[in-house]
Amino acid sequence: MPDTKAKIALELNGEPVEVAFAPHKTLLEVLREDLGLTGTKHGCELGECGTCTVLVDGVPVLSCLVLGLACAGRRVKTVEGMAEGGKLHPLQHAFAELGAAQCGYCTPAFLLAAEALLAANPRPTRDDIKQALAGNLCRCTGYIKIYEAVEWAAAQLRGEDAQPAREVLYGHP
Amino acid sequence: MQGHPPRRGGLRVVGKAHRKTDATAKVTGATRFADDLFLPRMLYAKLLRSPHPHARIVRIDPSRALALAGVKAVLTGKDLPIPFGILPVSQDEHALALDKARFVGDPVAGVAAVSEEIATAALDLIAVEYEPLRPVRDALDAVAHPEPRIHAYGDGGNLHKLINLEFGDVEEAFTAADLVREDLLFFDGNTHLPMEQHAAAADWSADGKLTLWSSTQTPHYVHRALAQVLELAPARIRVIATPNGGAFGGKSDPFSHELVVAKLAMVTGRPVKITLTREEVFYCHRGRHPTLMWVKTGVKRDGSITGMHFKSLLDGGGYGSYGVASTYYTGALQTVTYHVPRYKFQGARAFTSKPPCGPKRGHGTPQPRFALEVHLDKIAEQLGIDPAELRLKHLVPPNSLTANWLRIGTMGLGACIEKVVAGSGWKEKFRKLPDGKGIGLACSSYITGAGLPIYWNPMPHSGVQLKCDRGGGVTVFCGSTEIGQGSDSILAIIVAEVLGLDPFDIAIVTGDTDLTPVDLGSYSSRVTLMTGHAAIQAAERARDVIARHAAQKLGIPPERAAFADARVFDVERPERGLTFGEAVQLAEAAEGTVGTVGSYTPPPSAGKYRGAGVGPSPAYSYSACVAEVDVDAATGIVRVPKIWIAHDVGRCINAATVMGQIEGSVYMGLGEALMEEMAYRGNRNVVHKIPSLLEYKSPTTLEMCDVVTYVVEDPDPNGPFGAKECGQGPLLPVPPAVANAVYDAVGVRIDEVPITPEKVFKALRRKAKGEEPRYGPDRFPDILWPEPIRVPPPWEGGDGTATDGGGRARTGKVVAVARETVRGS
Repeated sequence: MPDTKAKIALELNGEPVEVAFAPHKTLLEVLREDLGLTGTKHGCELGECGTCTVLVDGVPVLSCLVLGLACAGRRVKTVEGMAEGGKLHPLQHAFAELGAAQCGYCTPAFLLAAEALLAANPRPTRDDIKQALAGNLCRCTGYIKIYEAVEWAAAQLRGEDAQPAREVLYGHP
Repeated sequence: MQGHPPRRGGLRVVGKAHRKTDATAKVTGATRFADDLFLPRMLYAKLLRSPHPHARIVRIDPSRALALAGVKAVLTGKDLPIPFGILPVSQDEHALALDKARFVGDPVAGVAAVSEEIATAALDLIAVEYEPLRPVRDALDAVAHPEPRIHAYGDGGNLHKLINLEFGDVEEAFTAADLVREDLLFFDGNTHLPMEQHAAAADWSADGKLTLWSSTQTPHYVHRALAQVLELAPARIRVIATPNGGAFGGKSDPFSHELVVAKLAMVTGRPVKITLTREEVFYCHRGRHPTLMWVKTGVKRDGSITGMHFKSLLDGGGYGSYGVASTYYTGALQTVTYHVPRYKFQGARAFTSKPPCGPKRGHGTPQPRFALEVHLDKIAEQLGIDPAELRLKHLVPPNSLTANWLRIGTMGLGACIEKVVAGSGWKEKFRKLPDGKGIGLACSSYITGAGLPIYWNPMPHSGVQLKCDRGGGVTVFCGSTEIGQGSDSILAIIVAEVLGLDPFDIAIVTGDTDLTPVDLGSYSSRVTLMTGHAAIQAAERARDVIARHAAQKLGIPPERAAFADARVFDVERPERGLTFGEAVQLAEAAEGTVGTVGSYTPPPSAGKYRGAGVGPSPAYSYSACVAEVDVDAATGIVRVPKIWIAHDVGRCINAATVMGQIEGSVYMGLGEALMEEMAYRGNRNVVHKIPSLLEYKSPTTLEMCDVVTYVVEDPDPNGPFGAKECGQGPLLPVPPAVANAVYDAVGVRIDEVPITPEKVFKALRRKAKGEEPRYGPDRFPDILWPEPIRVPPPWEGGDGTATDGGGRARTGKVVAVARETVRGS
């Protein structure tokens, strides 16, 4: 199968990037196979689980359903672009501290979906969080620690000196 | 086994909420899962799978596939003819079907090519001629149709395993009862659905060494299977368990794809990777056995049980997998929650033409727990006793033996019930909520690791090696496998506790058969207890060596050397001390490299009868659950707004991961209660109906309930620092609590999981027509059970051995491939 490679330029995690790839490839495949960014995962490659979520121009998309070619000139953000200067994003910090990442496989997608939510809504209710994350499946956590981590990170991003309640980490008395 | 190490000033690290040692890698995308491996010159593998549920393979012709440009190798069954299987008694799988395909999705050929696209295209060019055979649709079909047989071994016809165990005369117990009740229940099959699809990569070196990376929970058993099937010396095989992107029991068998990529790497001399599609993950399955159950219990007016008789019939799918152990587990733990003085269990597992069932979270125990807890709810109503009171009054006492000779240690179920009853406002709500709203309660227990290994051997179940560095760091080597549950962190926390360090000063190396001593794997909730004990032993040995030389330097007896804050100091004058690194240097100068080992073997089981291998555990965890439901009578839709769960974990090692395991268990139990099912088309082809994440319904954020968690700590002397399991037990009470709540809400019994709207709706229709307000199975088939193995319960004399009874069916040709007693898993 001799493919003629297509070449596009895009902004990836804040930096200009050029990449050549077989034109039928999805953004998921281009990120993982041609750009070496394996932080973006896959659970079905059919648009059913949300595990491959990345941000394109700030909007969460399923990278398994987007052609790489469609990303020419766009702004793409993956989990590798969240921490800045060796410092975790407040969402990453909160997910790590509370155990919102268990196996960690769905985590990059949840982090990016949550980042998009907080960019649009800095003070989300629990229901807002559930709605924003309803397209992402997690089999480990039961989502509870994910909600709590998003709420904690939202408070930190608002500049509040918040700490998780004791029952979050130790249960109810 | 050692108890708690002597503490000075209480626990500093154990019991607190810790960030997991691998958490930063997981939130930055740095964790390398199996499919994240890209090796130079790597080939891609694909498997051709059977489109038939049961068929003889007449001919396979791979020549056209081999001729396709870019295809490097094609394998068929005859290239890997040696059978394998996780249990010694069920060596019934082949890497690629040899003569017969036994379910839609059974692998028959494997291809390696330079790209995934070419490998996929090559599959279409492999010509396979099949001769279809009559498929077996489900367990009832298997009982009714012994021919054609799916396998030429087992306990006759299409029955894989028959069990008949009797602990005292239950018929006599029923005559002594004030009420005898029988119920029939069904728990449908469901699957693990880990977000990570299984993947494996293999590399063959020209010096005859094989390396396999795989998303497996059991690298030790994969190591054994590779050696057996590939006929390689185990010393030439290295298995590296990559971090598992979720597993839940679904990655604990050695799999076809692991063996095939290994062989393809050997044949081509190039690295080969395979990543299963989501559809293929459904074919790997090894999930919850669909289980039909019949239970009969005699009780006195006060609710005390006089005797119980339990029957189960499991739909095993096409291969043995862990199924013999699963079958025993459907009868093992009925006795560990409420006192059952006499007990009889009959269990059967059928072979059917579907993907093999195996161990899913709770392994064989969520089904009988559902049956038992719904059954008890009905008994409580008949007796006019509050279901919480009924349970509280008849708890198994701590430090006792059960009728089937399981040794109970600490028993925190009473405290668990009290927590969820108080927290949920049970007494104000039960039978008092408005129509359509209901509340239900259920309890459960689970093993903290199996008392016996899968392969009988007298060696430890878990080993740890520990290396102390001159710079003050410590590296822990252990064969355990990180599947997201936090097992790496448990090692770090325990070693940090003993040596007075910070858990993040400890480097952890796990799941690599070249580097780490054997740990049997991440299954049966064994890891914290068994690796924990091994880690304590290794760390205490290191502490003793270091203390000796630090004490000499400080001029104190070694007993006065204390370890905390990365220092070794005089406990009576804490300001006098050394850094941990200085103390290690003194020890190394005097005695050489500071490295120690630790290991753990569970205590011997009390039961000595055939079948006693499944059920014994060093410690049993306990859970109690209250669920609140809203039932829409017009649609039958059940919504669960809130669940209260209390879990007796013995003692938390890492409080944060205990919370995560409990909440995750509740989530998975809720999915099983309401929606998760392996559905198959009803036609003769038995085609798997919904092998996709969209159609296999699992709870999203919109279905998941609020969870109020109570952690009960009743330290068990058999646990490291008193710890018991928490990763599986809290799943068990959720489905029966939801079923009992549905009855409280609308007065219909749904004796079948999942509790789908259709079933609720049908039961409500029956109720409206004045028929029995119930949905559930209506018969348990006649099975020709073998003669019972009779074992007197402890209070009727005896010593845990059988007084009489064999274990085989009275009729039917028995062709067992192995006759070893099956041990726990």
